[in-house]
Amino acid sequence: MMADLHPLRAFAKSQPLGAAALAFLVLFLLLAIFAERIAPYDPLEVDFAAMLSAPTREHWFGTDAFGRDIFSRLIYGARTALGIGILASGIGCSLGSIIGVASAYFGGRVDLIVQRLVDMMLAFPIVVLALVVAASLGRMPVLGIDLNLVVAIAIPIVPKVARVVRSAALGVRAMAYIDAARTAGFSDSRIVMRHMIPNVMGPVLVLATAYVAQAILLESALSFLGLGVTEPTPAWGLMLAGNATDFYREAPWVVIFPGLAVTLVVLAFNTLGDALRDYLDPKLET
Amino acid sequence: MNGPLLDVRDLHVEFRTRRGSVKAVEGLSYQVRAGEIVALVGESGCGKSVSSLALMGLLARPAGRITKGEILFDGVDLARLPESEMRKRRGRDIAMIFQEPMTSLNPVLSIGLQLSEPLMQHRGMTSVQARERATELLTLVGMTDPERRLDQYPHQLSGGMRQRVMIAMGLACDPKLLIADEPTTALDVTIQAQILELLTELSRKLNLAVILITHNLGIVARYADRVNVMYAARQAEGGAAERVFTNPSHPYTRGLLAAVPRLDRPRAAQLATIEGAPPNLVNPPAGCRFAPRCTHRTEVCEADPVLFEVEPDHLVRCWHSNVAKTPPEQNALSEPSAAKPALPIVKAEALTKHYAVRSGGVFSRMNGVVRAVDGVSFEILAGETLGLVGESGSGKSTIGRLLAGLEEPTDGHFSIELDGANDPAARRRAVQVIFQDPTTALNPRMLVGDIISEPLRVHKLARGKGDIDARVASLLESVGLRAEMAERYPHELSGGQRQRVGIARALALEPRFIVCDEAVSALDVSIQGQIVNLLDNLQQRLGLTYLFIAHDLAVVRHIADRVAVLYLGRLMELGPRDEVFANPSHPYTRALLDAVPVPDPVVERNRGSRTLKGEIPSPLKPPPGCVFHTRCPIAKEACKQSVPPLRETIPGRFVACLEA
Repeated sequence: MMADLHPLRAFAKSQPLGAAALAFLVLFLLLAIFAERIAPYDPLEVDFAAMLSAPTREHWFGTDAFGRDIFSRLIYGARTALGIGILASGIGCSLGSIIGVASAYFGGRVDLIVQRLVDMMLAFPIVVLALVVAASLGRMPVLGIDLNLVVAIAIPIVPKVARVVRSAALGVRAMAYIDAARTAGFSDSRIVMRHMIPNVMGPVLVLATAYVAQAILLESALSFLGLGVTEPTPAWGLMLAGNATDFYREAPWVVIFPGLAVTLVVLAFNTLGDALRDYLDPKLET
Repeated sequence: MNGPLLDVRDLHVEFRTRRGSVKAVEGLSYQVRAGEIVALVGESGCGKSVSSLALMGLLARPAGRITKGEILFDGVDLARLPESEMRKRRGRDIAMIFQEPMTSLNPVLSIGLQLSEPLMQHRGMTSVQARERATELLTLVGMTDPERRLDQYPHQLSGGMRQRVMIAMGLACDPKLLIADEPTTALDVTIQAQILELLTELSRKLNLAVILITHNLGIVARYADRVNVMYAARQAEGGAAERVFTNPSHPYTRGLLAAVPRLDRPRAAQLATIEGAPPNLVNPPAGCRFAPRCTHRTEVCEADPVLFEVEPDHLVRCWHSNVAKTPPEQNALSEPSAAKPALPIVKAEALTKHYAVRSGGVFSRMNGVVRAVDGVSFEILAGETLGLVGESGSGKSTIGRLLAGLEEPTDGHFSIELDGANDPAARRRAVQVIFQDPTTALNPRMLVGDIISEPLRVHKLARGKGDIDARVASLLESVGLRAEMAERYPHELSGGQRQRVGIARALALEPRFIVCDEAVSALDVSIQGQIVNLLDNLQQRLGLTYLFIAHDLAVVRHIADRVAVLYLGRLMELGPRDEVFANPSHPYTRALLDAVPVPDPVVERNRGSRTLKGEIPSPLKPPPGCVFHTRCPIAKEACKQSVPPLRETIPGRFVACLEA
């Protein structure tokens, strides 16, 4: 590895496309964080004088049926999308990794039971599972993000990550340094957290970026079904769902821009994920 | 005999990497005649394998390429042949067999299909003809029941049989040259002897030229006609095997020969070693590559030495080859073994470990029991080293894991006597393990310093950063590493350095008893000696007790005070080292000692072939009676009936054999 370079620079040098995706995502993150200062309008401000206005100098991306500025709503919506996406993927992948690694480490009966539970969860389509959780948990908004929605999206991610991580962890489990840790009398939790998890982080990081994208899509889908974010909160899924059916013919911009935002962010996360996988795999070093 | 079949002239191979270009082979020249076995010896990374991949046109493209030199095979320069022409010769004229018979056969195709394929491809045979020839080939390589074998799959064969199949595949199209790359490194000594005897016999019978790549000097002495010693991409010495062995003229060759513990020489107190490690080929030292490690180094060595003839048919690349011939005299036999206070620290009684084999799934059935260890009893005395030898599948590693607490015994028990250490944590600390493969024994994501200090921190043996750093530094120093190494990651270290870190980690807990599980098997010869000496010194300084598990009998003879011989999970023989090696009682011990080649062609040529027949049976179905009777040269009817008990023949010597 190029040890003398700063990791970010080394990454940019070997994976230029991945670095571009990362830069793009950082830009979106900044937009989301500083939404109040960047957005030209209040996303909730209704302006009946400018309903369904096409993109103009005043409204770059046009306005929706209530005359709300779509550009501003997209910027605020990035908050919801990235917040829910990153949180849900982070929670799902962390839990999934711990379960997968522990399952591989303890093996035997523990492994058998955990993996059958994982099988059960995997049997549900991801949307259905999220739907059930979201419907039964209700809402719990914290700082503008519905935490129960995050949990609902995170839960279907857990079994998928657990399954992948378990197989990686089985390989790590067979390494002599795990035996060495056991002979040194380290506790099981220490071995799992300090010795096994860091060595399966490569695939987990890749999965995590892929699931951020999936979580954003899932959030859109749940919002569409009325279980996610509710009006008037600006959210990409909701912008697509609420407007798409009614106005896409006469005012295509109400769907084009949110659709574009979702597509680009998902694409960026997937590109970043692939780049990270290649970057972290020492076997792919040329 | 007319001209050589293969004439390699001034071969240069280069690899381009991100860190710059690596000259993997520089100016290698040698010849191979029909019916001759030529050995390429050297440590890992010396270029011996790369040079033969270059012969086959199998260098990893586009990184690797031949930059200079000629490879004349039957008068045609292979280095300049287009890929399409090369492909025709591969398999037909030149065949290659690899180290790992487990992965070089395709697991989903039958043996017969894999054997017939090259015949149909290169010879245009029909499938019936090919099958006939395949049967013939399997008979040629000494497989019993060849017809049935053709329909078997690789997983149904043992490692030795797979290697025979590989040889049969290599021979399928009557090649003129066979390249064998470490063909027996993954195999047990008795199987190694069988395979190499077979190769020699085939070479004579078929007038086949063989290039034998190996790191084992004993194998070279026994089987090779000519030898080329490589060091850091260059040829250090080359010529007729007898000349090179009787008159080794390069300090590296001499060092290697001295560093290998030998069964035919008196045991030395310390192994002679070559200090240091081979250079990094990205940035090799100027002048003689070996100079930094050489004891005869002078100013001349800053200039590149040239190959010159010290005697007919014997080339050396050294400025000082005719001076300083004195081989580092081994201080033969100093201490009389074992005059130590004989208090047992480990007592194992009828220790047994069985593994259930299940079909898998929730409602799994028990399919059988692997008897990994079957009622083994022994004692290890405080301050001694008990050597545990046996072939793979003998259960020696399982015993180590049982004593280290990594596995629970199915039956029987053991106790570890530790005065003043009775709480579980202290007992845990008192037993540590040094593992075989230093690459997998260290967590790749942790710094060396953290690896060594973790046990200290967890067991609160040191507090505060200053204290911990001081302890880590002194531990590193005690295993012969500089304190700065703490700031490195394991992948930045060499194999030998990694093994030293593994030892330092084990020492961190101040153990009394250490299980060395094949602790030097994965290391190169020159490094192996350093680690063995280190273990020896640590034992004397810290009063450690070792269980030294190894398959290399010569190393065990060097380090162990007493030796236990294991076969299929049972103890065959146990006794003081010198007596067991000088006068083995059990036929299995005799066979094991017999199979080890000694690095001296004169001795080897007079030994004749005395290979142990057959292979170790599956521990799923161990033979009834004496487990060794299926391979034993002196087995009688009674051996099939009753299990021979371990009995004391003379005080301190135990044998489990009815005939001994």
